[in-house]
Amino acid sequence: MTVLIVGAGPAGIRAAETLVKAGLRPFIVDEGARAGGQIYRRSPPGFVRSPSKLYGSEARKAVDLHRTFDRMVAAGQVEYRPKSSVMALRDGVAQLVGPDGLTERPYERLVLATGAMDRVLPIAGWQSGGVYTLGAMQIALKAQGVALGQQIVLLGTGPLLTLLASQLLKAGADVRAVLDTSPMRSQVKGGTRMLAARPLATLRGLSMRAGLRRVYHPGVNGLRVDTDVDGPTAVRWRDASGRQHRTKCDAVGMGWHLRAETHLADLAGAQFRWDDDFAQWLPQEDEMGRGGKGLYLAGDGARLLGADGADIAGRLAGIACLQDFGLTAPDPSADLRRMRRMQRFARGMQRAFSWPAQMAAQTPDDTVLCRCEGVTAGELRNTTNWSGPEANRAKSLGRVGMGRCQGRYCQLAGAEIIAAQSGLHPRDVGRLRAQTPVRPVPVDALIND
Amino acid sequence: MTGGRVHRLAEEGRAPIAFHLDGEPASALFGDTVLTAILLVRPHLRRAEFGPEGRAGFCLMGACQDCWVWQENGPRLRACSTELAEGMRLLTSDPEPWGQP
Repeated sequence: MTVLIVGAGPAGIRAAETLVKAGLRPFIVDEGARAGGQIYRRSPPGFVRSPSKLYGSEARKAVDLHRTFDRMVAAGQVEYRPKSSVMALRDGVAQLVGPDGLTERPYERLVLATGAMDRVLPIAGWQSGGVYTLGAMQIALKAQGVALGQQIVLLGTGPLLTLLASQLLKAGADVRAVLDTSPMRSQVKGGTRMLAARPLATLRGLSMRAGLRRVYHPGVNGLRVDTDVDGPTAVRWRDASGRQHRTKCDAVGMGWHLRAETHLADLAGAQFRWDDDFAQWLPQEDEMGRGGKGLYLAGDGARLLGADGADIAGRLAGIACLQDFGLTAPDPSADLRRMRRMQRFARGMQRAFSWPAQMAAQTPDDTVLCRCEGVTAGELRNTTNWSGPEANRAKSLGRVGMGRCQGRYCQLAGAEIIAAQSGLHPRDVGRLRAQTPVRPVPVDALIND
Repeated sequence: MTGGRVHRLAEEGRAPIAFHLDGEPASALFGDTVLTAILLVRPHLRRAEFGPEGRAGFCLMGACQDCWVWQENGPRLRACSTELAEGMRLLTSDPEPWGQP
């Protein structure tokens, strides 16, 4: 009974734990050097900051997750392959690339806990070095103890915007402005739902926000990054009352909540649906995380609920897997109840901090849309005029989504642009199909000696 | 910008580690990634292939593929997810650029 788990964040680790408790020995592949995922990412050996310094109010959860995993590895209860990527899946065989080059691994059942990345939209100047995702700035702080600039402007929306600003300020970084594209009234509307579903988590966020004081600005638009040869020099923006501002900086962090990493789910045969709240394509699954025959989806790669939701989803996927093997499995009903609460919270959060679809649709013609290959929004509009309003065709003919990130950072904004150009909804312009390899692979790994 | 893009906020008590950057000796700390080590002294990791700008990484989690750098002995590295090793010889430009035999 071989189970392959992809990803060793909260979802992957809890799925493994559930299987191990039932006597199975899952095989876990993770891209990180140390298990934990992104939110509970660990520092390299020799770093000395305490868990409470690194993870704040979530320190206990982080430590428990790391210990659980380390214990399973030490006891030989899991087979663990760090620093490795699954680059392709076919007919029950995974192809891995890691320190040992290319290897193949057959499996009977597959648990995908691939997580998420920052969702970004293109703004003028974002292609310049020194513009990062919010996640990148948080990883730099947690895993390296560094700031990615001397004077930082953060922009976008979502919980990470406030969390990162607060973490950077606490660590002594100079955060010049926190620019939130969500207006205060939608934050209040969605915030009430969040508060009803998870009062404590919501209040923690509110108090963190209050700590930002006058650095924080809601309802911002007209964002652009001024740059010179070294990188960003300032961010220009309009506040909620329409006044123009220019904030000097040498680094920018940007992100509009998250985008699920779904390439492997696609290759594994999952079906996708457009989710209006999350404004993106998500794989279809049942409540337990079943996404197809022998396929289980857990964590932010399937439902964007954050680390607490991933923890529960990992356990549920493990339980579903045991049930389908015909083995004795724990009762999932308490976890299913908690999961529904997480869903209500997350949907409230999407209303509070929504994806600014209009902003993406109205990206100026001369703004770079595809950061990998420097394709502008205007070039995509021109392509759409003769390719027709279908994302995969526009990709083939205009190269948006064809670069090294494989569409991960441009496809949602690209869909808004194609849709607006054609008078359609983004769900009607199609979803970029995943292509193998899902990560770049050195040619020598593919050549048999 | 004078020198680097990245600056340290914590964890400065680690042992030093020596490497080469574009042929010159440089040093960083044990546990630094290749990205951290280069950006401590430079504003960029490389130049963009399709525009005039420099690139310095973007996602730091292996998704965007922005941070590839070169080594004198050939293999390229994803700077954000590769820990610096003693004696690495890193390059911020392609030793064998396209179009040159």
